Amino acid sequence: MTSRYHADRAFAVLGLLGLLAALAALAALLLDVIADGAPHLSWQFLTSYPSRFAASAGILPAILGTFYVIVLTALMAVPVGVAAAVYLEEYGAQGRLGRIIEINIANLAGVPSIVYGLLGLGLFVRALSLGRSVVAGAATLALLVLPVVILATREALRAVPKTLREGSYALGATKWQTTQLQVLPAALPGILTGIILALSRAIGETAPLIIVGAVAYVRFVPDSLWSPFTVLPIQIFNWVSRPQAGFAANAAAGILVLLVMLLLMNGAAIFVRDRYQRRRAA
Amino acid sequence: MSEPKIAADGVNFYYGTKRALHDIRVAIRPHVVTAFIGPSGCGKSTFLRTLNRMNDLIPDTRLEGSIKIDGQDIYAPSVDVVSLRRRVGMVFQKSNPFPKSIFENVAYGLRINRIANGRADLSHRVEESLKAAALWDEVKDRLHEPALSLSGGQQQRLCIARALAIKPDIVLMDEPASALDPIATQRIEELIYQLKDQYTIVIVTHNMQQAARVSDFTAFFWLGRLVEYNETRKIFTAPAEKLTEDYVTGRFG
Repeated sequence: MTSRYHADRAFAVLGLLGLLAALAALAALLLDVIADGAPHLSWQFLTSYPSRFAASAGILPAILGTFYVIVLTALMAVPVGVAAAVYLEEYGAQGRLGRIIEINIANLAGVPSIVYGLLGLGLFVRALSLGRSVVAGAATLALLVLPVVILATREALRAVPKTLREGSYALGATKWQTTQLQVLPAALPGILTGIILALSRAIGETAPLIIVGAVAYVRFVPDSLWSPFTVLPIQIFNWVSRPQAGFAANAAAGILVLLVMLLLMNGAAIFVRDRYQRRRAA
Repeated sequence: MSEPKIAADGVNFYYGTKRALHDIRVAIRPHVVTAFIGPSGCGKSTFLRTLNRMNDLIPDTRLEGSIKIDGQDIYAPSVDVVSLRRRVGMVFQKSNPFPKSIFENVAYGLRINRIANGRADLSHRVEESLKAAALWDEVKDRLHEPALSLSGGQQQRLCIARALAIKPDIVLMDEPASALDPIATQRIEELIYQLKDQYTIVIVTHNMQQAARVSDFTAFFWLGRLVEYNETRKIFTAPAEKLTEDYVTGRFG
């Protein structure tokens, strides 16, 4: 009779161990990076350009490059992804065709990012002659995260109660009025969560941007959409691969900057989402 | 006898391959309350939802036969479903106010159909609708508070106010009081009684006393068929069919 209680307790312990293992790995990584990088973080590091000398090398172009690329990626991927999801979920593509499309999108979400890099190189850099530019990099990342945005948005739309849609239709609302005035606002928190996840993935991507031609040694801030650029992960990658010890510390400091940017971005999105949810509930 | 408001003829309805309605034929008169009764799954809600084409929203469903409102076939290809639903309002089993303020819930239908003529007219129509739904006195000082802060019974009356605001001809009610306590139920029933001067009301109910109290005509559904349709008084005192008698006297169901 008591064996099921033992099983219950055993599972709780097992779960806790799993959690601790995951946290320990994260903590080790963080502590190591902080130990190496924190002493090197300074205003000068944040506002300087790369240099041949580790001590005077800074990360400004990478920070701004990452910022521009992510903003552009969001501007491209979010409207297209949300529109595609709304179409799939609210308008067309029900039944068999809908399922086939859904499976394919889920597949695309799992395609290795380097494949998107090759696509970006062929399509944006060469065929559309955008060159090795901020806009080509952002377009490539937008393609990469588009499936994630679509899937998350569909999930959020599906979670909107049917009764809300029916209430709107029953008052003579058109499909677009119902979608725009009832369904999208109700789904917005879920959509935002999906966008956060997608952009968090994009901000850490390196491989596709190397292929599209982000360069590591950029001694200027991107001044237009067609400007060459670098991003944080590439700058970090470049520093790590150098033999001199000073650059390893630079890389650790760069990782900290990337983590802080990620944290700020996620924090801002969660803040917006919670505020919005509270306003609707109030 | 006046022209029927709603006339259904030979209506069959299918969910996929499953047939939910069999050859429904009924003529519903204007400005009366008609109740649909019958056990769960008998097709009464399905039939109700064919009257404002709400079932169109469910994929893989199909209707045969004809349903006419004021003599016009509402399933004709030329019919605009959106304007049909403006004329045929609906109140649902579970009250479903929008997550907006009380005022905005009632104003929603007026806004999307561009009915109101300016801000003052909008406020006036919202007030009128809340009064018609016997809710005004309870909410007049808190119009801009969230609708979800109202009690269950108030929420349902808000949904009725919302439906009345766009001035439909017909109001369909799908078990509007089934989730409410007896006092809230009584208020809804009084309201239905008052509304029938202006509207044609069709109400689905599980509660036979409710049907007997509020309706003038009653239709008894059984396994997707319309067994009997007559004046409520006759259905409950002298039904023609044995099945009806067994059901209304509580021998099954």
